[in-house]
Amino acid sequence: MFPLLGFLVNGLGWKTMPKQAAGFLASLMMLVSFGLSLAIFFEVKGGASETIHLFNFIQSGKLLIPFAFKIDALSSLFLLIITGVGFLIHVYSTSYMHDDEGVVKYFAYLNLFVFSMLILVMGANYVIMFIGWEGVGLCSYLLIGFWFKNRDFTNAAKKAFVMNRIGDLGFLVGMMLVLYHFGTLSYGELFGQIQGNEMIVSNSTYTWIAICFFIGAMGKSAQLPLYTWLPDAMAGPTPVSALIHAATMVTAGIYMIARSSVLYNHSEVALQFIAIVGLLTAIIAASIAIKQNDIKKVLAYSTVSQLGFMFLAIGCGAYTTAVFHVMTHAFFKALLFLGSGSVIHAMGGEQDIRSMGGLGKKMPITKITFLIGCVAIAGIPPFAGFFSKDEILAAAFAHSPILYAGALGAALMTAFYMFRLYFLTFSGKFRGTHEQEHHLHESPAAMTFPLIALAILATVSGFVGLPAVISEQHSLNEFLNTAVTNLGAHHLDHSTEWMLMGLSVSLVLVMIFIAYNRTKSPNFAANTGLAKVLENKWYVDELYDAVIVNPLVKFSGFMDKIIERKGIDGGVNGVGKIVRWGADRMRLLQNGQVGAYLFSMVVGIVLIFVIGLFLVNF
Amino acid sequence: MILVFLLLIPFLAGVVSFLAKDAAKNVALFGSLCSLAVSAYVAIFCGTEQVPSISIPWMPTIGAQFSLSADGLTAMLCLLTGIIFPVTLLINRNKNIENPAAYYGLIMLSQVGLMGVFLAADALLFYFFWELALIPVYFLSSLWGGERRIAVTFKFFVYTFVGSLMMLAALIYLSMQTNGVNAMSWDNIIAAGKALPLMQQHIIFWLLFVAFAIKMPIFPFHTWQPDAYEQAPTQVTIILSALMVKMGIYAVLRWLIPVLPEATAFWADLVMTLAIFGIVYASLLAMVQTNIKRLVAYSSIAHMGLMCAAAFANTDLSNHGLLVQMFNHGINITAMWVIVNMVEQRYGTQDLKKMGGLANTAPAIAIALVIISFANIALPLTNGFIGEFMLFTGIFQSASQYHIIFMVVAGLGIILGAVYTLSMVQKVAYGENNSGVATVAKMNGAEWVAVIILVAFIIVLGVFPQPLLDLVLL
Repeated sequence: MFPLLGFLVNGLGWKTMPKQAAGFLASLMMLVSFGLSLAIFFEVKGGASETIHLFNFIQSGKLLIPFAFKIDALSSLFLLIITGVGFLIHVYSTSYMHDDEGVVKYFAYLNLFVFSMLILVMGANYVIMFIGWEGVGLCSYLLIGFWFKNRDFTNAAKKAFVMNRIGDLGFLVGMMLVLYHFGTLSYGELFGQIQGNEMIVSNSTYTWIAICFFIGAMGKSAQLPLYTWLPDAMAGPTPVSALIHAATMVTAGIYMIARSSVLYNHSEVALQFIAIVGLLTAIIAASIAIKQNDIKKVLAYSTVSQLGFMFLAIGCGAYTTAVFHVMTHAFFKALLFLGSGSVIHAMGGEQDIRSMGGLGKKMPITKITFLIGCVAIAGIPPFAGFFSKDEILAAAFAHSPILYAGALGAALMTAFYMFRLYFLTFSGKFRGTHEQEHHLHESPAAMTFPLIALAILATVSGFVGLPAVISEQHSLNEFLNTAVTNLGAHHLDHSTEWMLMGLSVSLVLVMIFIAYNRTKSPNFAANTGLAKVLENKWYVDELYDAVIVNPLVKFSGFMDKIIERKGIDGGVNGVGKIVRWGADRMRLLQNGQVGAYLFSMVVGIVLIFVIGLFLVNF
Repeated sequence: MILVFLLLIPFLAGVVSFLAKDAAKNVALFGSLCSLAVSAYVAIFCGTEQVPSISIPWMPTIGAQFSLSADGLTAMLCLLTGIIFPVTLLINRNKNIENPAAYYGLIMLSQVGLMGVFLAADALLFYFFWELALIPVYFLSSLWGGERRIAVTFKFFVYTFVGSLMMLAALIYLSMQTNGVNAMSWDNIIAAGKALPLMQQHIIFWLLFVAFAIKMPIFPFHTWQPDAYEQAPTQVTIILSALMVKMGIYAVLRWLIPVLPEATAFWADLVMTLAIFGIVYASLLAMVQTNIKRLVAYSSIAHMGLMCAAAFANTDLSNHGLLVQMFNHGINITAMWVIVNMVEQRYGTQDLKKMGGLANTAPAIAIALVIISFANIALPLTNGFIGEFMLFTGIFQSASQYHIIFMVVAGLGIILGAVYTLSMVQKVAYGENNSGVATVAKMNGAEWVAVIILVAFIIVLGVFPQPLLDLVLL
């Protein structure tokens, strides 16, 4: 709850608040929350879970939605990630944003974001989750459009919100279906009913519910086909990209599905669908990242691709593996983003890696921590990413060789584009202007401290989930299995697992070597063929514009001009005109000649008699 | 007896305003605050044991009584009316209006009509107030409105008046089916309607429905509305959009669905299809509007479409949600117009292309705009979410065989709603100032009060909706 306090103080006092105080207050609130999360973590470690009922939110007839929170292993792990990484990023921001005029507003939004995120993971039913879900969407909108004078930035913010809304409709329909069939939205009751088979619900219903929720997750976690908002979201300040668009918010989709694991286990079809979407996202996003030249865009597509990996794990029924990757990814991706922020800071706002190079000499801490991030994401032991990614690959292999091959391909591309980024940025010769070169400097301690802390986490956090061949004890799985039910995994025998690991690591090393060779003498000639398609992101944005956005706008314009004004309104006016025309004609009848009146009277009487005669006889 | 005060106070305030010349705006404000106090009293204290009502003979020969009654629905709408009028009178206090005595007098008279419509428990009395509410608004729009006011207001008047006549014919026909004693009372009308043969129910249904559909307005009877909202003075637009369109929904709930249950069930799918098609249609049109008032007008049509669909879904949940949403929509649309009014006055235009940069020049207004916009698109923890969530759930649970399609298509409205609302926010608040107006005035005292009251409702009812949920069920 403390971030809310931070938001309220910063939000209401946004005019009068001194700048340093805002950052300090916001960070302090985060630190307190982190402390509380730690306490909660140790409390639920033994498998305890607690539900706190605050008040009835909506009550109408049979519908009862309490404002209640539920803390168990899954939510406590997310609490730790959110508040931990959140705290580091707050500290980083105090330095990164220090000379921005809207800094107080910035911290207010950031606190509000963390508050919403906590609501999302702590809610005890889907409606409370939805509150947090939309709340983080709102904060993301506000923070992407933080520099609101730039039209592109506010467009990106709008796009992010609208794409999320498309997903939200799926979420909403999913909730309606659950309510319709089970009459409750609270996790405890719902999963109890599903496990106890109290309700006879057909498999296709489960599939529909699962797919509807997954559509929600596609929006929030930037999966195909709703991923295009995330790269554009890089318009926000870099720490925001690190916190919201890499470490926390985008993993909300994973949280949702892991939370509903009981439900998903009932639908083979939905899981397969998720696996395929996840894999395609991982491959396509990784292929785009290879040819991007904006340091943040590379990282953004990398995030999309890593999220694809997580969904692949979910599709294989390995929910804890996905959560494991959420955790390691939160550390190394936040590290990479903050590192890139440090670079951008030093370069005076430049984000194009074509004009960087050789920064390592001037910025040793940034360089080393960034390297650790790259190694971790590429998947080299003993860094964190290796363990979680290896688990995903093993799960994919156990499921189907095709999934494995695709995932391995994406993982190799990851290694390539990350090291391409690293070499282009930190080694070789500086390619920017002299002024920029003169300005290069290592970032202040408030920025390097979070980098170091995250680098340590990115190094060691993999050990909570050692693979079966090394240790029998998978501590993360044990911790989570009170809250999440994995689908019975087929265990691979040890020799296969060793072989898979060896294969992926050696191939990754080869990719790094290729990346090194390619970037030794960088050549930025215009791309052709496939490379050009990749550079232009498979033209997906253009495709959406051409197929959906433009036709919709044209169609609306057509409806406004033609259907609305000429058709419906014209019809209404037409009725008025006909009445007037009719009245004009009728007026001629009243010509004052008594003979004519008498004549029409007689005709009328005769008609009445005739009609009457007919009515009587038939 | 207390219910009579709800009519008497605005009436007296209106009469005094006519005589008060320059002090009229203060008289009106004072009167509206008094009626707020009474309606709050009615809403909070009355009805816990027994529904307050009063009934005295009026025109016994045709069976009409002066009969008022206030259950939860009525009490809620009276409270809403009580809240909206003082807020409306708070804005524009600095603006010089020609002939203020008549202007404020007419505004107060329209309140008499509105209160009467919600309170009436007699068909003829209902019709009387229905017209009484229309006439002041007609004069207000045609005398103080925009450039095209004469043509637009004439159309608005004729259109709704045609509807009223159809309704009158239907009500008279229904009253003729009863035994003649108090033939116009609500109970007797209901009994008469239920006893009708099905064929006659169908005819009466369409007479009443078209009248109410024009008022709400429901696609394709809506074309008077964007023009009227655009051309009327903003204070009148608030009365129209927050309260008068509620008359349509209210009438459906009170005078249509219970009176003709069989015909309602028969036509429910068709009406819901029209209403839900109207949501998507109006949302698409809202996307391409360049005039801020027309944009908000189409957004209001979309919202009314959802409410109408819920009324005909006719489940416990959709009915309950509908009552909640009627109140919340009244608050939100008023808040939206208050902001639009401020923006229009400051930039001197309704053209969205000539705005921008409000977040820089007048940040407080921009923040209020953002909060209200998000309430308008039903973000959770704003009041808009509570109602819409209940409406969607209610529609989803309706007995219609198309219930899932209805809900999903209506749900497209929440996506399109985000598109046009955020576009509007972007054009008004963000980017550069394109208006050519160098200095934008900050909010003045009265505007602050209005905005804070409305935003407080938005957030408090978004977080603790239960008091409202309980109130409407009395």
